[in-house]
Amino acid sequence: MLRLDGIHRSYGDRLVLDDVNFGVERGRLTGFVGGNGAGKTTTMRIILGVLTPDSGEVTMDGRPLDAEGRRAFGYMPEERGLYPKMRVAEQLTYLARLHGYDRGVADRRARELLESLDLGERADDNLEDLSLGNQQRVQIAASLVHDPEVLILDEPFSGLDPMAVDTVVGVLTERAARGVPVLFSSHQLDVVERLCDDVVVIAGGQVRAAGGREELRERYAEPRYEISSAGDMGWLRAEPGVQVVDFAGGWALFDADEETAQRVVRTAISQAPLLEFTPVRPTLAEIFRDIVRDESETSGTAAGEAPAPDLNEQHETIEEPVR
Amino acid sequence: MSTTQPSRTPAPSTASTAPRPAVPGTLQATMLVAEREVVTQLRSKSFLISAAVLLLGVLAAIVLGSVLSGRETDPTRVAVVPEVASMVAESEGLEGVPASDDAAARALVENEEVEAAVIPDSSAGVLGIRVLALDSVPEDVLAALSATPEVELLGDEAPGFGLRFLVSLAFGLVFMMTAMTFGGTIAQNTVQEKQSRIVEILLSSVSARALLAGKILGNSVLAFAQTAALAAVSVAGLMVIGQDEMLGTLGSPLVWFALFFVVGFVLLAAIFAASASLVSRIEDTGPVLTPVMMMTMAPYFLVIFFNDNDTVLRIASFFPVSAPVAMPVRLFLGEAAWWEPLVALGILGVTTVAVIAVGAKIYERSLLRLGGRVKLTEALREA
Repeated sequence: MLRLDGIHRSYGDRLVLDDVNFGVERGRLTGFVGGNGAGKTTTMRIILGVLTPDSGEVTMDGRPLDAEGRRAFGYMPEERGLYPKMRVAEQLTYLARLHGYDRGVADRRARELLESLDLGERADDNLEDLSLGNQQRVQIAASLVHDPEVLILDEPFSGLDPMAVDTVVGVLTERAARGVPVLFSSHQLDVVERLCDDVVVIAGGQVRAAGGREELRERYAEPRYEISSAGDMGWLRAEPGVQVVDFAGGWALFDADEETAQRVVRTAISQAPLLEFTPVRPTLAEIFRDIVRDESETSGTAAGEAPAPDLNEQHETIEEPVR
Repeated sequence: MSTTQPSRTPAPSTASTAPRPAVPGTLQATMLVAEREVVTQLRSKSFLISAAVLLLGVLAAIVLGSVLSGRETDPTRVAVVPEVASMVAESEGLEGVPASDDAAARALVENEEVEAAVIPDSSAGVLGIRVLALDSVPEDVLAALSATPEVELLGDEAPGFGLRFLVSLAFGLVFMMTAMTFGGTIAQNTVQEKQSRIVEILLSSVSARALLAGKILGNSVLAFAQTAALAAVSVAGLMVIGQDEMLGTLGSPLVWFALFFVVGFVLLAAIFAASASLVSRIEDTGPVLTPVMMMTMAPYFLVIFFNDNDTVLRIASFFPVSAPVAMPVRLFLGEAAWWEPLVALGILGVTTVAVIAVGAKIYERSLLRLGGRVKLTEALREA
């Protein structure tokens, strides 16, 4: 497992990473979520050794990472870059050869990989002749061609159409299934929600939440339920201990503790056939907004600012997720 | 929102269960980088076209130059009457066209069948001949007929001013053009790799030093190949026009030029790469490359402007940046003692090694510094 412990990093006077701790487990897709400037790319570059942390340590299976260990990493930088005037398969072959594969093996790997990313017939075109989405896929292939033991991908899905996202997800899932820890950042919370096993939320340089996706949703879940009945649910408003959030005929959304909720279900069944009853768990996007909102509030008071901060100023510190 | 994984069959496994291959060493990585530089350049149409234009241009210049200046190889036709036929026959560059008498000779000139006519004229000074021409004084005929005293040179023959200038120009131009073309390519590739961030991917498998070494090696090989091709074309051109005796005079300076060129180019290449690594965008390369561009052009202007200034040439021939051009020029002029090129080459070699060491440090430190321009002092400061 890849672990980060107590990572700090400043650019000049600005602290961009403040005690970052989290792990990326083998065989799991870990999503790395945060607003613009939250510290995602800096963290990834530190994992890759492209940047050095001011303090803290990155370890792999308990051992500190060195340049040698990082050679087996696959990395996709946020700002895409390969050689525009070089043929697609050749670039991949070149990168594989730099990792020690001999020419024949490297070429075969490159072509197989392109095939699996549905780019087989573009293998001998110059990169610049491909569409942006296809260039993106080549970029992903570049991070995979040397069969990495750890995958770090910065925004791998931006600019991909849904079909391409599925293709890439297929390839990444397959790598994870082989025991490779996969960490990817994304602004597209719905994509992260759909794919990853674990989520790390970073805001203002600090990890705000980390854990399994379902676990997080559970943890941030309010005691909220959705109920749908064949009869009218109007009586719910009068029920003690129930706070109705939304209501439409036979359908209602309400907050209540578990015991009350069970009572509501029994009552509903006794009145009319029950169609649906579910605990409502927040989406990742909702959790993310909650965390970021909390963060901007606490940072306002922690910094000892005026008790009633200017509203406009506070708005600026709120980092809305880009969807 | 669905929580199911997309139901795509996993991609065919590209991973064999074979163990990971050993990471290539610095030398091997350098060769790979160099190979890429060479292959990419050889595939680039603009490079191939400009190289072809250059080679054809040089060949054309040599051949055309000789055609334009070398008309004397075609003997001038001169009408001559029997009394003075021997005179014309003895003169180089003249072809006698027999005419029975003065009037016949005059007619040949008037019909423009010959350039001039030579007829006896006892009243015309020591030579006793008169030259007839149509509307202009036939200088070449006069030159051929005039008597010049024998000259004996006590020392080795010194190259004439024209040739001296031409050779300086050729050495200067070849070095400058090559250094600019390939140094520029190195600079451009360096910045491009930085700009596209591929450098982050590359540095995860190879060291910055291997990357720098490979770039210099690859482009040096191309530079030498192009220069060798240029030399071959020049030699072929000189042979075609029958100027091969000039090769004898040029032989040893050419060998020295080749030696100086190799080391001098590597020196400039290292400076180009290190300078370019300071910026992150192609648009910003101008200011950082200006000093090295000037360094590249300096020797050319030095040997042109101070072609006949021994002191300046002597100093320039030991100064590392200008030595590759100035020393071979001095050797060609026969002005350098046998030990001088050795010393100059030594100075150049030491400088090159030192500059590569510093350049590699700058390159290593600046390569991952993105954004604005990295200050030289920052790049050199111990991290």
